[in-house]
Amino acid sequence: MSEPTLRPEQREFQEYARRWLAENAPPAPKFRLPLSAIEVMTVAQRDYLQDWQRRCYEAGLVGCDYPTAYGGGGHEGFQRLANLEMSRARVPFLINLVGLNMAAPTILVHGSEEQKRRFIPGALRGDEIWCQGFSEPGAGSDMANQQTSAERRGDGWVVNGHKVWTSLGHFAKWMILLARTSREHKHDGLSYFLCPIEGHAGVTVRPLVKITGESGFNEVLFEDVEIPDSLRLGSVGQGWAVAMTTLTYERGAGESAGGGGGDGAGPIARLVALARRSRRGGACAADDPITRDAIVAEAIAAEGLRQNMRRARVPALCDHPLRLPLQQKLLSTELFQRCARLGVEIAGAAGTLYKLDAAAPDAGHWPLAYLNSYGGTIAAGTNEIQRNILGERVLGLPKTK
Amino acid sequence: MSSAARDFGFGPDEELLRDQARKLLGDHLPVARLRALVAADPAAAYERGERPAWDEGLWKQLVALGWTGLAVPEARGGSAVKMVGIAGLIEEVGRHALPSPLISTLCASYALRAAGDAAAPWLERIAAGASATLATTDAAGSWEPGACEVEARPEGDGCSLVGWAHFVQDAFKADLLVVSARLGDESLLCVVPRHAVGLTLQQNHIHDLTRDQATAHFAGVRVPADAIASREGVAALESAWPAMLVTLAADLCGIGEWQLQTTAEYARTRKQFERPIGFFQAVKHPLVDGMLALDRARSLLYHAACCIDAGDPEAPVAARMAKSAASDAGAFLSDRSVQLHGGIGFTWECDVHLFFKRSLHGQALLGDGVFQRRKLADALIGPIGGARP
Repeated sequence: MSEPTLRPEQREFQEYARRWLAENAPPAPKFRLPLSAIEVMTVAQRDYLQDWQRRCYEAGLVGCDYPTAYGGGGHEGFQRLANLEMSRARVPFLINLVGLNMAAPTILVHGSEEQKRRFIPGALRGDEIWCQGFSEPGAGSDMANQQTSAERRGDGWVVNGHKVWTSLGHFAKWMILLARTSREHKHDGLSYFLCPIEGHAGVTVRPLVKITGESGFNEVLFEDVEIPDSLRLGSVGQGWAVAMTTLTYERGAGESAGGGGGDGAGPIARLVALARRSRRGGACAADDPITRDAIVAEAIAAEGLRQNMRRARVPALCDHPLRLPLQQKLLSTELFQRCARLGVEIAGAAGTLYKLDAAAPDAGHWPLAYLNSYGGTIAAGTNEIQRNILGERVLGLPKTK
Repeated sequence: MSSAARDFGFGPDEELLRDQARKLLGDHLPVARLRALVAADPAAAYERGERPAWDEGLWKQLVALGWTGLAVPEARGGSAVKMVGIAGLIEEVGRHALPSPLISTLCASYALRAAGDAAAPWLERIAAGASATLATTDAAGSWEPGACEVEARPEGDGCSLVGWAHFVQDAFKADLLVVSARLGDESLLCVVPRHAVGLTLQQNHIHDLTRDQATAHFAGVRVPADAIASREGVAALESAWPAMLVTLAADLCGIGEWQLQTTAEYARTRKQFERPIGFFQAVKHPLVDGMLALDRARSLLYHAACCIDAGDPEAPVAARMAKSAASDAGAFLSDRSVQLHGGIGFTWECDVHLFFKRSLHGQALLGDGVFQRRKLADALIGPIGGARP
């Protein structure tokens, strides 16, 4: 299962990670764990997951490729392997999604030495949970239309405004915040801040309820919130460029600080198992030719996604360096959505049963996953925006805006 | 060499071969030249039933470069290029819609390569420049290696062939036919020169202007013992099948890349409502969707080719996935390439129909996307009505 092109120390690390995970996988909690970090609702869930991330960090499975000065392992090419092994071991996900995948890599690229030393270790260890403050009621797909303002006052800034769809905001110590520092320019009037959230004067976090009935994301209100200038990341007016770094990592085009969670083959095996025990038209659903075709179509899509990631690392087989990386978010979220919906379809009448019903197939996973899948296709730039970006940056089509 | 090789085993040699093909075909077969060859007169093929012309001089150059021997082992005078190298080269062939017996020769070579020692002299002839094609399909167009209606009758130390083989690709361009025939319980692969006595080719009138296709009639065609390349012909074909699927998928991917780039170029330049039409998302998004489908197919293509090179037992599944994805990407890109060109795309004078038709033909060969998925379902889910755990 290990790749032949790995360096000896990578191979050794991969074996270590596999062994450690086998020996240290945590016992299942007494409560239900959500599907991913953006659905964490209760303090019990948070504590359980935060403890798990801390143990993974201390075992050297998180932040492996970060410099040791910032709390990392100082290695190269280890994180991908740790992520792979965490997926394979089916251990819980790492809770500090925004910290690991967005805040830490952005701070590493744009932060001052002091900022890197102050913030990266806590993000990796999971002690300080991060949230993201980009979206606003009037700035969704049109992200540069930020209305939240940061005004100079003395040595610091005063923030006023309204952020939405803030996953993990209710547990966050910090937010990566995009705010308007000038009304003169649309893109060049933005600046990027590391903003304290928990217990900070003037910050109100209110839960929003999703179509699943779960909370897990929030709206965050800022009323005369004071922050020192030392928490600005990048130059004044350069916030858009810094935010683009964050989005590159959020959309999966860069190597993250730590992962876990699903691998592409998981849902296909689960769909086959579901079809084998479901009935359709009086016969086994796994014998229904149309159901079979639909499952295999997704198996091909899942394998295609895995092979895309592999081909993206072979420059001779990529005509344009961004062509495959920019497809990743779009493809993975739509694959997840189609598989979840297909599961609901295969379940047939039982597809109506939701998570509280004892007879629900897979404890109601399929309708819950399907409803939740829209988080993926809408967040981090809707998939319609992703198609614009691909059309413009890879195919050279005129910009929509 | 492993099927998990991070670069698919696509190294400098394979890149060089691909780039040489790109340069050569770019120089000698620009689309205007292709059009002049195959589509100068709309009535020629479709009304008068003439076979479209092809550039035999260019083919001789390709033969001189050793292209007929790409899949022939080195011990038989070929260059035994890895499957990933062939995939890269055939993508360029598809991108230029090259009319030639190359793909057919490769498919015949895979079968002969799998046939064992008796096929060696024929592989040597192919490496020396002979072109070949498979005659293995029945009247129903079944894409099963065992389906063929040609009968072999013992005659001396060889046999004679009686019956029909259908949907023979590039038959009028090939020097040799590799025929699947039954002899009692045995399945033979026999090699028959195209001009053999008793063999007649009936031209099929096809829509693709870059290929030819025929029904081969065998009226007692004499096959000497040394032209029986295999007495386990079905097994040889079965083991060659993944490589054939990969080759056809590569051609479809190359065609698809031409369709994508040509249609994107049109969307960047054609103006309506004072803007290039590519500004509009009804044009932009389908082009992106075509690119997504094509990239999936290309990634699966190199994965399948790499599995074949590594002798991975997953190769048959990987190859069917590649052909399924390439056929579906081909269908989608073909559809959008005509539609997004608008009125001009519907005319004979626009180039898109040349690639549309080659893709449509290629989608069907050895089974389209739905066909491959049906086979894959048997492998991945288990046969219909099979035992359930």
